[in-house]
Amino acid sequence: MPSAETWAPATGTTVAGPAPSRGRSTNRVPAAAPWLFVTPSLLLFGVFAFAPIVVSVVLSFQDVQTFGGGEFVGVENYSDAMSKPLFWESVRNTVVFTLGTVPTSTLLGLLLAILLNRRLPGRGVIRSLYFLPMVVSGVAVSLIFAWMFNTDSGIVNATLSELGLPRVDWLTSPGWAMTTVILAVVWGRIGFCMVVYLAALQNINPSVLEAAQVDGAGRWGAFAGIVWPLLAPTTYMLVVLNIVFSLQAFDVIYVLTGGGPGFSTTVLVQYIFRSAFTDGKMGYASALGVMLVVVLLLLTALRNRLAKNLDEDS
Amino acid sequence: MTAITDRATPLDEPTPSTATARAVSRKDRMTPGRWLLWTLLLLGGLVMMFPVYWVLVTAVSPGGLSQDNGFSLWPRQFDLGIFSRAVRDQPIWRWLANSVVIAVVSVLISVFISVLGGYAFSKYRFRGRNLLFALMLITIMVPIQVIMVPAFVIISKLGLVNTPWAVILPSAAQAVSIFMARQYMQAIPDELIEAGRVDGAGELAIFVRVILPACGPLVAVLTILTFVWRWNDFVWPLVALQSPENYTISVGLASLNGAYSHPWDQIMAITLMSMVPVLVVFFVFQKQFVQGIASTGIK
Repeated sequence: MPSAETWAPATGTTVAGPAPSRGRSTNRVPAAAPWLFVTPSLLLFGVFAFAPIVVSVVLSFQDVQTFGGGEFVGVENYSDAMSKPLFWESVRNTVVFTLGTVPTSTLLGLLLAILLNRRLPGRGVIRSLYFLPMVVSGVAVSLIFAWMFNTDSGIVNATLSELGLPRVDWLTSPGWAMTTVILAVVWGRIGFCMVVYLAALQNINPSVLEAAQVDGAGRWGAFAGIVWPLLAPTTYMLVVLNIVFSLQAFDVIYVLTGGGPGFSTTVLVQYIFRSAFTDGKMGYASALGVMLVVVLLLLTALRNRLAKNLDEDS
Repeated sequence: MTAITDRATPLDEPTPSTATARAVSRKDRMTPGRWLLWTLLLLGGLVMMFPVYWVLVTAVSPGGLSQDNGFSLWPRQFDLGIFSRAVRDQPIWRWLANSVVIAVVSVLISVFISVLGGYAFSKYRFRGRNLLFALMLITIMVPIQVIMVPAFVIISKLGLVNTPWAVILPSAAQAVSIFMARQYMQAIPDELIEAGRVDGAGELAIFVRVILPACGPLVAVLTILTFVWRWNDFVWPLVALQSPENYTISVGLASLNGAYSHPWDQIMAITLMSMVPVLVVFFVFQKQFVQGIASTGIK
């Protein structure tokens, strides 16, 4: 981690601003002052985040059908999930989706950031081409991909035909639908990974790299020996963030495939939504949600642990 | 967060003063290998842009440039009438107006309370501060689907279902924004605040006269990010808004999907219309947008 003395441009969450000034005297500061400033946020968080979270945990131990009152059933919702093939299928789909999106977008982002960190003609414009998909909404992405990957009249299959290749049922066959969904999500996410890596690369002192060249380290050697280790904290953060994004990914799947065909692209959040709003099983959906959040929190704890170890090593 | 202070921006080209240095720098010379790399990067970029290009092409091609009648990568006919047919058949203007109202009001509330909250978390010590901050950050980890049912019950008890407030209020408090505001304000020297206190200014006066004027770049980044997030929101508005005339453009657009009566040229025309505001933000404020994304790394 860069020290506070060397000015460090943004590298994601890991870098704070310049040295936070401390040791302020607390005399003459009314005790109510900070509360005045946090109350608006606190109120909204309380009503629309904290309260619903607590209620969800409570619901997960109840048998609640649609918005009616429920009765406590202990861990029945949880054991129910464990015994349902659909639950395990959604877990499997979630894992496939995560494995399909996280390494690809992270590695492509890294590659592009390294290449576009050099001075090249029109670099800014080329970067923009990769950034732009970031602002396109999940719904728009879905419709664009639904159209491009349409079996009968989409441009992708037309191109395949033109090349003498067979057409593919991109969205209508269970085998291909997951691939198409992953492509659509990766398209929107490469730019994000690239932006974060670019910011991290700006943070590496150029003289460090020049020293490596002088030492006779080749380009690959300089990358593997110097750049990659220096980017490690960024990579950890990005991988965890990408996993979190993938575990929460909903819009693209909902609009592009609706979780189908069959159950083939139904990931966990999709299954939660469906259990709550289509099947009306609120308690069961809440139990699924609690399990997912526990996994997400464990991931975050793991990341913090790794980041801490890394800090201590350096 | 230093990136959004008034320093040179990290993703920028160097300032002109280095132009001479650039000219003599050996490693920047364009060798054939570098031209090859450059070509590959450009081609990759064009592939990335293709879906956006394809929306444009389809939206002006009658019949949606269906590839049944031969292969073409550009419009063979040009028909802007597709847009007028799309807005005639669907309440597009209404959906866009709803989105504008929701996004703008969300930005106003969210940026305001995030700056206030970030100030409290960065410049005051108070009981429960760290716990509160941690609890807020945990909300980032909770997918909206998990709290949707209780949140819906709450907005219906408040009588807000099917109104813009049902969308605005639940997403107004954003942990990511408060986190960014806190990071930013940690770089503001405490001495400024102390000086204000010595002068006998009240806490609120210090915030308004000392802190706020230093927060321009922060407010710019938060405004841009919040606008794009709220404009693109889908699943919560889908649940909270129930009648079609109250839909946001994202919800309305999604409702056209799978309805076979809608030809692809019109769907792409509406998709394009839904993208215009965020594309404008992207092209006009790309620097702030990219820095905001880079410096949070969270959303």
